[in-house]
Amino acid sequence: MNWWETIRTGLEAVRSHRLRSGLTVLGILIGIAAVILTVGLGLGAQQQITQQINSLGSNLLIVGPGSSTSSSGIRGGFGSASTLTETDATALASKVVAPDIAAVAPAVQRSESLTAGASNWTTTVVGTTPEWVTVRARTVASGRFLTTQDVTDHTAVVVLAATTAQELFGPRDAVGQTVTVSGVPLSVIGVLSPAGSTAVANEDDQAIVPLSTAAERLFGGATRTSVQNIYLQAQSSNTLSAAYQEAEAELSNLHHITTPANEDFTITSQQSILNTATSATQTLTVLLGGIAAISLLVGGVGVMNIMLVSVTERIREIGLRKALGATPRVIRRQFLVEASVLGLSGGVLGVLLGVVAGLGLAKLISQPVVISPLATLGALAVAVAIGLVFGVYPASRAARLAPIEALRSE
Amino acid sequence: MTTDLFPTLQFPLLELRDVSKTYRSGSIQVQALREACIAIREGEFVAITGPSGSGKSTLMHVLGCLDSPTSGAYRLAGQDVSTMSEEELADVRNRQIGFVFQQFNLLPSLTAGRNVELPLCYAGVPRAERSARAREALARVGLAHRVEHRPGELSGGQQQRVAIARALVTDPALILADEPTGNLDSASTTDVLNLLAELHTAGRTIVLITHEADVAAAAARTVHTLDGAIFDDTGVHQGSTHRA
Repeated sequence: MNWWETIRTGLEAVRSHRLRSGLTVLGILIGIAAVILTVGLGLGAQQQITQQINSLGSNLLIVGPGSSTSSSGIRGGFGSASTLTETDATALASKVVAPDIAAVAPAVQRSESLTAGASNWTTTVVGTTPEWVTVRARTVASGRFLTTQDVTDHTAVVVLAATTAQELFGPRDAVGQTVTVSGVPLSVIGVLSPAGSTAVANEDDQAIVPLSTAAERLFGGATRTSVQNIYLQAQSSNTLSAAYQEAEAELSNLHHITTPANEDFTITSQQSILNTATSATQTLTVLLGGIAAISLLVGGVGVMNIMLVSVTERIREIGLRKALGATPRVIRRQFLVEASVLGLSGGVLGVLLGVVAGLGLAKLISQPVVISPLATLGALAVAVAIGLVFGVYPASRAARLAPIEALRSE
Repeated sequence: MTTDLFPTLQFPLLELRDVSKTYRSGSIQVQALREACIAIREGEFVAITGPSGSGKSTLMHVLGCLDSPTSGAYRLAGQDVSTMSEEELADVRNRQIGFVFQQFNLLPSLTAGRNVELPLCYAGVPRAERSARAREALARVGLAHRVEHRPGELSGGQQQRVAIARALVTDPALILADEPTGNLDSASTTDVLNLLAELHTAGRTIVLITHEADVAAAAARTVHTLDGAIFDDTGVHQGSTHRA
């Protein structure tokens, strides 16, 4: 009996046992789809968080205030005082001091209420310099961004992020309109393109004003010369650590700090945020992967049971086929074909269901679901292997029995 | 064709010499056959009969190569079967022997036609020829109009006739029928026995196992088994002389 005949016989057997074949296929299908979905969800979350962190800006270093020692000798904790100044920012911008730093943007920020006509919206007002748009990797959707002139002249202008503009002016063009902050009327000169929200802050809900305007006219007080953050952009990802060291050395020098333990500032790289977030989402992926593996195992045990029962109750058929002249090899092949057909159709349907459900779920919960080829192939291999082993092994044993023993079994 | 293999009737089609079969279940040994000898020539219609436990089923299994004897020699169609490998035995079962079982043993999911084709599949016969030969065999047993029916749609008598067609389809040297009427009513029994008689008339070698005397009466020669031994053979031993 050639392979083609064997395949025909196998297909015939699959077709004639619809319920049993259906259950086997279902077991494999659900196991595979579950693996694809759960791993996809975990990877999707990971991808989303990576994107959010990348949207902070590329090759970004963030200098923030650290612990500090006051003149009275009391050491304050992390962030208890604004220790950074505009002078620090100016020094870091020098190509001589820090050749690996491409751009520097000092920033102050505070939550303020914005008024435009009858609309009222509380958001973060950020005072900064024109470099901010480069360092934070943002683009202007309409109008223009701040200029050096704006900073020098303390101009009463504001650039709104997409959500803020939407909240204040609706579908109308915000450029040219006036927004009042702390009683100061500011002219809207531009609107930023959306960047998406991050776990830390909504990047699309803020208002950007010149640093000098914020310090002198909006916030006032002690914030006149100090800044909360200095955003640094390294020349490239390769020079990120060099830029880090230059910034650390220069700031230590400016702040008269001799031991690193006394540093009154902290430098965070986008990479370190990314690493923290990635390790968190990896835990999630492992968890989901574990659940998926268990569902695959349960599906596998189900397939195993159906296969074993189906072969056992067909030992009589095996005996008959042997009596009619089938060799053990032909019997083995027939069951191999049957198990392969069941395994592969279950596998293909499972992959289809997993991908379709993944895409549907991504739409439904507006979270990305990433289909992992590795998880898909792995699940497929495990499910098909279980089907094959438990479909072929008992059949192969039965095929070695004397025909009469197989025929007599009930 | 088998007739070409046996130009004279001097040589038996099958010959058992001192065949014993011992079953072991746990500590108990059962000797189902004790040094049984029998020779059957081509064209004979032999009934093997005996009470249950007499070893007639075991004899049939050994004759059909469904079970191997513990000791002794078995020659079938000129070949020594007792030394054959599993593959060679499968081939012998496929080409030389047609089985008819008490339980019919048709595959319920296949049509009558496909059931009859099954031995031809294992013989490697091309599909078109298979289907033609299956129809021919079904026509031979009077079921030409049932080719597309499944066993479940046929009566017991019809199912047994499909099984006989399946036994005929490979044109085997020997047809072995194990209690073929055991599950049939009297009308179907007559039917099946008439069919076997017809096949015998047409030159087939038939061995019929039964415990019913009236069924055995359909055969020209009767062999009795008791306690694993063969005796009261109305024919001749080991082909030494011709039967009248």
